[in-house]
Amino acid sequence: MKVNELFKEELKVINMGLRSFADDVKSQDVPVLHVDWRPVAGGNKKLSSLLSKLKSK
Amino acid sequence: MVSKWLIKENSYYDSVTLMIITKEIEERDDAENAVVVMGTDLNKDLLKNVGLLNDEIKNTTANDLIIAVKMKDESKFEEILAKVEELLNKKKTDGGEDYTPPTLDSAIKYMPDSNMVVISLPGAYAAIEAKKALENDKHVMLFSDNVTIEQEKELKELAVSKGLLMMGPDCGTAMINQVPLCFCNKVQKGNIGVVGASGTGTQEIMVQIDRLGGGCSQAIGTGGRDLRSEIGGLMMTLGIKALANDDNTEVIVLVSKPPALEIAEKVLQTLKECGKKAVVDFIGGDDELIKKYGFIAASSLEDAAYKAVALAKGQEVQEAPMFSESEDKLNKLAAKEREKLGKDQKYLRGLYSGGTLCDETLKLFTKEFGGIYSNIPLTPEYKLEDNKKSYKHTALDLGDDEFTVGRPHPMIDSYMRQQMIIKEAEDKEMAVLLMDVVLGYGSNEDPAGSLADHIKLAKKKFTDRGQYLSVVAYVCGTKSDPQNYDEQVKKLEDAGVVLLPSNAQAIRFAIKVIRG
Repeated sequence: MKVNELFKEELKVINMGLRSFADDVKSQDVPVLHVDWRPVAGGNKKLSSLLSKLKSK
Repeated sequence: MVSKWLIKENSYYDSVTLMIITKEIEERDDAENAVVVMGTDLNKDLLKNVGLLNDEIKNTTANDLIIAVKMKDESKFEEILAKVEELLNKKKTDGGEDYTPPTLDSAIKYMPDSNMVVISLPGAYAAIEAKKALENDKHVMLFSDNVTIEQEKELKELAVSKGLLMMGPDCGTAMINQVPLCFCNKVQKGNIGVVGASGTGTQEIMVQIDRLGGGCSQAIGTGGRDLRSEIGGLMMTLGIKALANDDNTEVIVLVSKPPALEIAEKVLQTLKECGKKAVVDFIGGDDELIKKYGFIAASSLEDAAYKAVALAKGQEVQEAPMFSESEDKLNKLAAKEREKLGKDQKYLRGLYSGGTLCDETLKLFTKEFGGIYSNIPLTPEYKLEDNKKSYKHTALDLGDDEFTVGRPHPMIDSYMRQQMIIKEAEDKEMAVLLMDVVLGYGSNEDPAGSLADHIKLAKKKFTDRGQYLSVVAYVCGTKSDPQNYDEQVKKLEDAGVVLLPSNAQAIRFAIKVIRG
C-alpha cells in the first residue's frame, strides 16, 4: 500500500489554504511548498465549472 | 455614522488572516463596525446584515478583497486602511520569501516528490483540489469542512483504490512520520499508532501517551463522518491496515464517537484480522462489542492512553486511576475550594475549545453526577434554549459552528471565550468554571496568557460580591509543544486556576468541588 511507502519516506508537504499550517511545518524543518491559491475564474462558479470541463477534455 | 469602503481587485487572502485583521480593526475606537473579507456570496450576506452592502460591493468576486468600515469620523478611514495594509503585509512576509506557486499543478511540477497535500481552502473548492491531489498519487489531509458527504465518499473511494490517505474532510489532527499537521501536539516517538475520527480526542490521547512515557508512531485522522454508514469507515479501515503493515507500530488505538453498529463491527473485524494489540475508545459507546472482538475498551481518553502505554510496554493492563495524585490530597484541595463558595453558588460552567473534550465532560458528568446542558447535549432535553445563555450545569463547545461564524476557531483566537468568561461571571449561581487549554501546532501561541486576565477579572467580580469563583482547567499539551508548557501552566496558576493533568481528572475534580 502507498501509505506504507509514505511511512518510510521523508514527509514533503504542499499546503493550500491557511498559511500558518505551512509555517508550522516549515518551523519543523520539513520541506513545504505553500500554494498562492486563488479561486478559479474569480469565484464565478459557472465559469469555473466550464473551465474545469475544458481542462478535462 | 458614515460607511466607507475600498475594493482591492484580485487580492486573495485566507479567511483566518482576514478574521484576525477584522477583529483588530473592530477593537479601534474610531471604527464602529469593520468587515475585511473576500467578496463571496456568504460574505456579502454578512455585509448586508451590518448595513455595509452596496452596489459596488455586490459586483465583487471571491477574488476581490473588501475593506468596509462604519465610523463616526470619515477622516479616520485613511488611517484604518493604512493599518489594514500593514497587517496584510505582515501576514505575507511572516512566511518568508519562499516561492509560492499559483496552482496545485505548478506546485507538483516544482516539488514532484511531494507526498502530502494539506488543504484548508473554502469547502466549495477544497474537494476539487483534493481529487486533483489524489489523481496525482499524493496523500491528502483535508482540513476544510463544507464538503458534501457524496464528495467525501468519492474522494475516499478513489484514495482506497490507490492505497492513499484521504484524511478528512473536517480533519483537524494528524501526525505523519513524527510531523504534526494542522492542530496537533508534538509527542515522543514510539510504537503506538492512533487512528482518530475526532481531532481533540486524538490530541488528548497523544498527549497522555507522551506523559505516561510512551510514544506514537503515526496518528491518522479520518474526519468526523468516516464512521457514518454512508462512508462506512473507509479511512479508518485503511488506517488500521496501514498501521498493521507498519513495523514501527505495535499497538493500535482507535478513537471515535460511537459508530453505527454495522460500521463498528466492520472496523473491529478489520482490527481483528490485522493481529496487533489494540485499545478502542468509542467515546461513551458499547464496550461489550469491543470486548467481544477481544480488544480493550477505554472509559475515557486518558484511560485509552493509559491502557495503550501498558500494552506497548508489555505490562498488565489496568484501569487508569481516577486521579494521578492521591485522592485524599485532592479531596482536601476540593474542600478548600468549596468552603470559599457562597451558599447560592452551585453550578458548573464549562467553556471548551475542544469539541471532543467537551463531549467527554458531558459524558463523565452525566455518569458521575447528573444531567448537564449544552449546545452539543447528549440528549435533546439538555439542549440549551439559547446557546449563549447557560442554564444550571452547562458545558459549551465554543468551537461549534454558531460560535465560529466569521471568527477563527477558539483554539486559535480566545475572543469568544474571553467574552463568555465575563458573561458567566455575572451569574451569582456559578460555582466552578471549567476549561481546556489546548497547546500544540495550529493553536494560539499563548492561549493561557490570552485567558489569564479575563479569569482574574471574573474572579474579582465574585470577590466584589463577597463570593468566590473556583476555576479548574486542564492544559492539553506536552513539553515539546511550541508554546512552552511550563510557562502556560504558570500563567494559569498565577491567575488562581487549579490545574489537573487530564480532561477526565479536571471534570472529576470539578464535581468534587460542586458536590462536596
